[in-house]
Amino acid sequence: MVGGYVMKKKVGFSTIIIYILLILLAVVTIVPFIQVFTISMSPPEVASSYGLHLIPTKFDFSGYRSILKHRNLWVSYKNTIVRTFLGTILSMFLYIIGAYPLSKKYLPHRKFWTMIIVFTMYFSGGMIPDYLLVNNWLKLSNTVWALILPGAMSAYNLIIVRNFFEAIPDSLEESAKLDGANDITILFRIIVPLSKACLATVTLWCIVGNWNAWFDCMLYIKDESKYVLQYTLQKILLDGQTQDINLKVGMVVNTETMKMAALVVSIIPIMIIYPFLQKYFSSGVMVGAIKE
Amino acid sequence: MSRKAKVLTGKNHSIWNEYKKCKYLFLLLIPVIVYFFIFHYLPMYGVIIAFKDFSPLKGIIRSDWIGLKHFRKLFSGMYFLPVLRNTLIISFSKLLFGFPAPIILCLVLNEVKSLRFKKAVQTVSYLPHFIGWVVLAGIVKEVFSPSHGLVNYIIQLFGGNPIFFVGSKQWFRPVIVGSSIWRNIGWDSIVYMAAIAGIDSQLYEAADLDGAGRMQKIRYITLPSLIPTIVIMFIFAVGGVMADDFDQIYNMLNAQVMDVGDVIGTYTYRVGLQQMDYGYATAVGLFKNVISLVLVTLCNKLSKTLSGSSLW
Repeated sequence: MVGGYVMKKKVGFSTIIIYILLILLAVVTIVPFIQVFTISMSPPEVASSYGLHLIPTKFDFSGYRSILKHRNLWVSYKNTIVRTFLGTILSMFLYIIGAYPLSKKYLPHRKFWTMIIVFTMYFSGGMIPDYLLVNNWLKLSNTVWALILPGAMSAYNLIIVRNFFEAIPDSLEESAKLDGANDITILFRIIVPLSKACLATVTLWCIVGNWNAWFDCMLYIKDESKYVLQYTLQKILLDGQTQDINLKVGMVVNTETMKMAALVVSIIPIMIIYPFLQKYFSSGVMVGAIKE
Repeated sequence: MSRKAKVLTGKNHSIWNEYKKCKYLFLLLIPVIVYFFIFHYLPMYGVIIAFKDFSPLKGIIRSDWIGLKHFRKLFSGMYFLPVLRNTLIISFSKLLFGFPAPIILCLVLNEVKSLRFKKAVQTVSYLPHFIGWVVLAGIVKEVFSPSHGLVNYIIQLFGGNPIFFVGSKQWFRPVIVGSSIWRNIGWDSIVYMAAIAGIDSQLYEAADLDGAGRMQKIRYITLPSLIPTIVIMFIFAVGGVMADDFDQIYNMLNAQVMDVGDVIGTYTYRVGLQQMDYGYATAVGLFKNVISLVLVTLCNKLSKTLSGSSLW
């Protein structure tokens, strides 16, 4: 792409600096994760000593053993999977049925309906009214709906899906319309299959969002048996609950290795879907997007 | 029937027809509108409790109006102003350092010729964005731990004394700002990378023919092409100045650093949901949201007149 020899002269100082900077960024990003992995499988005396902890020198899985016996963690793991599953399906369904009408130029008062949705991106009631709505008015507290419904849709994602639908040429629908198909059939038979890339991206965002959520659980869920993973994890990390667990299990472990093991266990699913996430990054379902 | 009324009904009739023509579209749209009405617009109505002496027993409508009492408390009390100050300091530091960071990263990445290397760096740098703050805060505390953390290990290698970063008034904010940049730099750069991908490569070829150097190409081609994206992102960022990253700060906050780290989000949570002072906490939130809205609107207007790019 570039006139070869002009560039070759330039391969010098600045190129080296660029590569060093980027390698440094990659190292700084990844090392903390590696450290957590290493400490999670090290014996307590290694974990509590200074060092780089990049490669495990001695192996000891007592951290994992105590996490495996931690009943709450697995119950909340299951709860998180359930909420992620239900939440993602609901969100995607709503995004699809909402984005399609908004993508049609001939929808009456299209601007008004779009504005109603976009406005929620810039203004909201805030934490307390949200809480009162879910807890006092809808009385959803202590149910999975309190976790799924309030965040089921964001204006941002809806607009991204709408923009994608809008870019699909009308001609594809025209013929189906001539055959007598109605909008609903067209949406699910033609538009959705054509939008796989965009819908996959938004689906993955929903999965990640649900997986990482904890605040809604802290607000609305009272029973320990209904806690989600991140909240149980937070309790293990923040509240110094580790002691209690160890007493229950009847085993003394370094709390540090156990915390790290808990972190690892909670990251693994994200790591598994990460390569899939990765695939869709460059596809440009991005900002300019938001412009009406 | 008067003529005027006739015209009106005629008009209504045609609108009704328009909607009828799109009845399936509306069938699809209705659940979504209902969702936004319940979960976004009802809470907006709920903000009136910021002007009421709200008691859950009486409910919103029957609670007594008290005017601006909560807002007076906001500005006269000694509790909110320090919180506002913390929020602004942390947010402006994030804006100052965190806003240019992904732009710089994207410019640097764009200079890399090896696609494989570029892809590898990008893949790694996006990773933290997908991990929630509960986990990340755990990781950050581990890395900065005074007794066995990596950072203090390095400090000691160079002969320094270990620092309790997360529990130090001096270091808490830098750790917050730094870890926020660490998490977002890669992900935020995607938008700019997409904008760069859209630049006509002929521009660079022409510049090469003219003998332009690397910095000149950045200065005269890449950066100007990024301006519209930068402006849009900046409007968003300014709108977020009042919206502290609750997830991050809540998970990092501890008793030692309350003075410097307590922000609007954590304060609202504590006062509103732990001390159940609903009305006052709603006032805090309303104040925050109104300022945010005003900031976005102003910034949008400003950029519309100055650069022509705007959100709406």
